[in-house]
Amino acid sequence: MEQKSTQDYLKAIYGLSKNGDLISTTQISQKLNVAPASVTEMLKKLSEENYVKYSPYHGSSLTEKGLQEAKRITRKHRLLETFLSEVLHIGKDKVHTEACKMEHTLSDEAEESLCRLLKHPDICSDDGKTIPACDLPFATCEECIKLHNQGLEEVGKRKENLVALSELKEGQPGKIQFIRGGHNVLQRLLDMGLTPSTKITLIKAAPFNGPIEVLVRGSKLAIGRGIASKVFVEPASKESA
Amino acid sequence: MFSKQKKIGRAEKNIKHLTIALAGNANVGKSVIFNQLTGSNQIIGNWPGKTIDRAEGTLSFEGQDIKVIDLPGIYSFSTFSMEELVSRDYIALEKPDVVINVLDASVLERNLFFTLQLLEMQAPIVLCLNQVDVAKSKGMIIDKDKLQTSLGVPVVFSTATRGEGIYEVVREAVKVATQKPKPRPFKYRKELEERIEQLKTLIEKENLSLQYPSRWIAIKLLEGDSKITEIVAVKSQAVLTASKTIATDLQKSCQEPCFSIIAQERYALASSIAANALQQNEIWTTFSDKLEWLTTHRVWGYFTSAGVIVGLLLWTFFVGNALSGIIADGLNLIQPVDPVLTSQLPILAIIINGVWGGIVAGLTLVIPFVIPFYLLLAVVEDSGILTRVAFMMDSTMHKIGLHGKALIPIILGYGCNVPAIQACKIMETRRERLLAAFAITFAPCSARTIILFGMVGLFVGIHWALLLYVVDLIVIFVLGRVAMKAVPGKSTGLIMEMSSFKRPSAKVVLKQTWARTKSIIYVVFPIYIVFSALVQVLYAFNVLAPLSDALAPLTVWWLGLPAFAGVLLILGTVRKEFVLVGAVAILGTSDLLVGFTPVQLVVMALVAMLYIPCVATVAILGKEFGWKATAVITAANIAVALLVGGLAFRLLSLFI
Repeated sequence: MEQKSTQDYLKAIYGLSKNGDLISTTQISQKLNVAPASVTEMLKKLSEENYVKYSPYHGSSLTEKGLQEAKRITRKHRLLETFLSEVLHIGKDKVHTEACKMEHTLSDEAEESLCRLLKHPDICSDDGKTIPACDLPFATCEECIKLHNQGLEEVGKRKENLVALSELKEGQPGKIQFIRGGHNVLQRLLDMGLTPSTKITLIKAAPFNGPIEVLVRGSKLAIGRGIASKVFVEPASKESA
Repeated sequence: MFSKQKKIGRAEKNIKHLTIALAGNANVGKSVIFNQLTGSNQIIGNWPGKTIDRAEGTLSFEGQDIKVIDLPGIYSFSTFSMEELVSRDYIALEKPDVVINVLDASVLERNLFFTLQLLEMQAPIVLCLNQVDVAKSKGMIIDKDKLQTSLGVPVVFSTATRGEGIYEVVREAVKVATQKPKPRPFKYRKELEERIEQLKTLIEKENLSLQYPSRWIAIKLLEGDSKITEIVAVKSQAVLTASKTIATDLQKSCQEPCFSIIAQERYALASSIAANALQQNEIWTTFSDKLEWLTTHRVWGYFTSAGVIVGLLLWTFFVGNALSGIIADGLNLIQPVDPVLTSQLPILAIIINGVWGGIVAGLTLVIPFVIPFYLLLAVVEDSGILTRVAFMMDSTMHKIGLHGKALIPIILGYGCNVPAIQACKIMETRRERLLAAFAITFAPCSARTIILFGMVGLFVGIHWALLLYVVDLIVIFVLGRVAMKAVPGKSTGLIMEMSSFKRPSAKVVLKQTWARTKSIIYVVFPIYIVFSALVQVLYAFNVLAPLSDALAPLTVWWLGLPAFAGVLLILGTVRKEFVLVGAVAILGTSDLLVGFTPVQLVVMALVAMLYIPCVATVAILGKEFGWKATAVITAANIAVALLVGGLAFRLLSLFI
């Protein structure tokens, strides 16, 4: 079995976890195709490095630091997948492995250019998963958007560790931080009360990538998944609802 | 006061008309109030976007006639949709004497966001807090006085469905209209307000002589409103340049686009006003929430959606089946078209057979099929379940380039394609309206149901008729996908309010059914009569037979139909069910097996179902989308009908 890097582990835990669920060692071992013993060992190491909160027999979750690193690498991975399949037309079967190799060497600068080249994709074309929002400083990306994108605008401020509205759990509240989209869509979302710093709760997500239903300012709205994946929120725990 | 009335009452005899406009968010009950006030039958229903064009009516209040305008429901005065543009121009330019701003009391904050925009326009307003019963059931109690003081406008509570508070609203509205109190100006945060003021001063100095209030123009310019920018650009470059400088400056200091800053400011204000007026805000789980859970459940939700989509069809089919049996017995006594008369006295035939045939065709359509459909549709519509179906089916609809909301007009199309195509206005872009309208031209309207039932269900078997429904739904889906690929452009995503469930009121349901039936009668009967007569003319001049001979290669060779089917298809362009009526007339018996084999009946019904949309549909398509698009749609319909019909003929011949 080949050696898996820190980044591979973080990526695996990030991929498995949705909003802070504890991930079992078995899950990780299956995902990475690594023996459970090695996983336990690695988790201990990651926990020492403060990437992972690991409690034996319960499972592990990412720390802030770990989450950031995982998102960074996942973003690169999914951008690369999109690039490989959409631009280079590399076969679906090879895209994932290829991206796995490339992601570790892709510089932030190259990532930014890639993002621009692909016109700021939100969804990975390979597996249909959401590409994490880029964590680049707001000023840079604003320029980036202004210069290189047709009609895409942004409201609100980027912060670290945001998740897309569509990634919230049912019943989980969050606080809107920034929204990206065409002018008309942004205007409509603002008009409907989705302004930055507003509390929003995911009520329901329809299956098959269907829309989500949210509660915002006392009204219930249905929002298509595409739009919801461009609304970024700071998740709060269910209890604080 | 009189100067304004002259303008409004230009076409009226009575010069003393006041004008009241109803404005507010979608689905807050404006049309219910409008119907209460004017006694009209404006279509209402529990889904956003029913009021397409503004409706007008008259109210007689304490001896004076008042004109009432029902504006479409909107969330903002931006340029997102035609409705928003039309509404804001109506309020700003035609200046109604008073605007009754109808609010959903249970969603106070969002509704006040719109109220603030009305106040920005300096419209004289009365607030009508509707659905206070719903708010109460959710545990919300609103302090009217506090709301009144913080907004500086009269506030009235109402529960329009029960007629409560309607009189008070009108009384307050008339008071505002006649006394014209100056609305108290409200201010945004200093940072924004100063800049608005700065721009406003410049606008007033430049004297743009626009009908809009200058503060409102200033706000819209800062927001980057395309329409207002365009108008101002013509009048004064100085204002335009200044507004750009100020906007950039504001944008820089807040690190946020201006339109977002302004929306946030409005919401901050709306939120504080709402919080101040809400005495209790403890959300209770209501019966509506439980239904909500069921209808959007990941499994049950699909059952509900399928229930609505298929159930409405089955209901129409089986109830139509039962009723038409009864009516057919009655109609056996009166022959729709008298063939003897046609051959002997052509002129008389044109009049008698034309008119009488038209009326009979109308009656056999309306009573058994249209009325039951609209009855159930009104129940479904009024309950609020349609938005849930749209929610559940959104991802499916995306496969044909539309979003979930498009399903609502398509379902309306089960009744009649014409109003359904008009309802496509709820879609945001022209591309989506076009795609939805195209799908609707295949929707199994009640005329198609009659053909399926009368040709296939009766003579071949009910399951064959039901199978054709399935074929139709598949055709809609497949062609929807083709159309999506063919029409350039991007799909927009769904943003739709999920209104609370309501128990449908019997009164509303009956009224609605009648209103729709009536409008069908008004639209359809004249067309029936005129075209039936026209067909008789063609008959008299012996044009139909050569025509059907000319069509023989298609009808006989490709579709395997009897030669006279060509005539039927020509008749059917008027109204689809003429195919059936015509077959009975030509065969001289209602037993269609005399002239057709079972396979031919299935193919005939299939072709009739899919080919050219009827003249009324073609007319409405032309009006909404222009003749080019209409020609393409019609051609596509014919091509599909021939393709599917020919294939079906060859396939069925193998089995039967």
